[in-house]
Amino acid sequence: MTMAKALNEGLRRAMEKNKKVLIMGEDVGKLGGVFRITDGLQKDFGEDRVIDAPLAESAIVGTAVGLAIRGYRTVCEIQFDGFVYPAFDQIVSQVAKLHKRSDGVYTMGLVIRIPFQGGIGAIEHHSESPEAYFAQTAGLRVVSCSTPNDAYWTIQQSIEHDDPIIFCEPKSRYWEKGEVDLDNPPQGLFEAAVRREGSDVTVIGYGSSVKTMLRAADTAAVEGTSLEIIDARSIAPLDLETMARSLEKTGRLVVVQEAPHMASIGSEIVAELSERCFYSLRAPGIRVSGYHVPYPPTRIEEEYRPSVDRILDAVDRVMGAES
Amino acid sequence: MIGEELVQLLTPEGERVANSDYESKLGSDEIFGLYRDMVIIRRLCNESTSLQRQGQLALWAPIQGQEAAQIGAGRALAPMDFTFPTYREHGIAWCRGVPPKDMLRLFRATSNGGWDPQKYRHSVPTVVLGNQALNAVGYAMGVQRDGAEEAVMAFFGDGASSQGDVLESFVWAASFNTPTVFFCQNNQWGISTPMSIQSKIPLYHRAHGFGFPGIRVDGNDVLAVYEVTKRALENARVGGGPTLIEAYTYRLGAHTTSDDPTRYRIDAEVEVWKHRDPIERVKSLLVREYHVKTAKFDEVTAEADAMALELREDVLAMDRPDPITMFDNAYAAPHPLVDEGRREMIELGVSVGAHS
Repeated sequence: MTMAKALNEGLRRAMEKNKKVLIMGEDVGKLGGVFRITDGLQKDFGEDRVIDAPLAESAIVGTAVGLAIRGYRTVCEIQFDGFVYPAFDQIVSQVAKLHKRSDGVYTMGLVIRIPFQGGIGAIEHHSESPEAYFAQTAGLRVVSCSTPNDAYWTIQQSIEHDDPIIFCEPKSRYWEKGEVDLDNPPQGLFEAAVRREGSDVTVIGYGSSVKTMLRAADTAAVEGTSLEIIDARSIAPLDLETMARSLEKTGRLVVVQEAPHMASIGSEIVAELSERCFYSLRAPGIRVSGYHVPYPPTRIEEEYRPSVDRILDAVDRVMGAES
Repeated sequence: MIGEELVQLLTPEGERVANSDYESKLGSDEIFGLYRDMVIIRRLCNESTSLQRQGQLALWAPIQGQEAAQIGAGRALAPMDFTFPTYREHGIAWCRGVPPKDMLRLFRATSNGGWDPQKYRHSVPTVVLGNQALNAVGYAMGVQRDGAEEAVMAFFGDGASSQGDVLESFVWAASFNTPTVFFCQNNQWGISTPMSIQSKIPLYHRAHGFGFPGIRVDGNDVLAVYEVTKRALENARVGGGPTLIEAYTYRLGAHTTSDDPTRYRIDAEVEVWKHRDPIERVKSLLVREYHVKTAKFDEVTAEADAMALELREDVLAMDRPDPITMFDNAYAAPHPLVDEGRREMIELGVSVGAHS
């Protein structure tokens, strides 16, 4: 099934399992969300559980905080990445801090779903990668998914988790299909996944970048270079053990992300792995990122987003650094 | 004009005022109880200001002048109601049963909260202006889904009334008809920002634009605040939806102990409001109508003094927390970076009571 359908099924299953699970967002009810992720859920669970919200992101999150205090678990849908900023105050000031401020009395079990990254030819504010803003805030966790199977399970695991989770969905992959195992979760919520084993270079990314990385690995293989592809999945915290295990083997690191590299997740991965694996490194870690400019008009977005070519250039650099 | 401009049941001289909508049916014991609450909370507030001046608190946010607004509202609440305060709701916290020493933990900078919000049904302080209004509406949406007859009260001031979160909370409360009572203490000043640039209309008029009733009550008249709040809460509990109460009052003191109000407001204005003192007017009523003797007032003063002394001792005994506790409750579930920080601190040998 598609990632969109997998998310829909995951949400449905979470709502069936726990009556305290609610969905709230703009157009999530009758319309089923602009991406149809919540399609049919209001019809089946009612308007009290799938709530069509007035158009105010701070309120979507701010009321979900109150609902959490009352014992509900709300899945907030932010319609597009670029619209999450009105809710930033509530996320950083309340969602992230109330568990601590209440000495653990309040459980901020809520999920904020954000369709992120570009690649769909949208207009401005619809293609951003805001994950680092949230990863920097203590009290929050940030996860992503890259396959339908992951999407189906991680959305359920996120809803069950007692900490607040920013759930980043690669919107350009919503309509891509993949096998979904409805019985067994592939792994824990905060574990990275080795998507393809290799021996020469460790390539780490998340969300929409993972598929691009796999295509780069296909091309590299033809040229005789073996890439190990790691899907970080969890952005905060990072599963550094899985990443380090790979880097100890390959000695070369390339990190891929759509966000600009300044103070980014990719920078954090390079810094952490440089500390942990310094004596195994055969070249400095390289980040392949979006450029440090506002997200461009999407007619030229493919020159902004990390492409197969740019990833392979980085692979060449870490390979060449040795000779 | 919508309804009567200002609900008042007691003049500043403590004489009863007839009102077509509201009537106080409280007896002498109950009114004396409100008087006692106000005297105690003012005394505790003064003691806290002194503690700050003596270097024992990082900051204090005084409520002098606003005692009637807070005690009137606080005593109108039912035990199962839930309240979302700012950092200045000491009178509400008192009515909810929060121990005074716990109210001071935030200001002694030993905690970012201070009490168990579920135990007292009084949420932890919110310092970012207006956030709590949305949290209150969300909580009220939960009350609706539980089918409970409980009201939820959101506190904020005239300053926060300009915040988007407060205005968004009005939209949501109206759209979902939530059992929320918005209690705005208009104390005329947001630090140095006067009401005149916060709003071109009386704040309570705003509610009508959002689709629910707004009412202005004399915030220095504890009987009026009590009755107006009680009715709004009862209405909310039975599905009548939200109400905005504007308690028209005045901050006699500084915004906080870091503020110097002489830089932005004139003494004459303060003097006018001193003559509207919320405690004196109830005292006048108790003397005139119920012939309460001086000795009984003196007992309350003595009780308040004793509590202030106890508070002082409690605060002085309140030591800095063990630094390792900063890692507790940052997350509900284990987190590798928190664990890493904790390990590092343990290895560095930081221990309880280490000051350097």
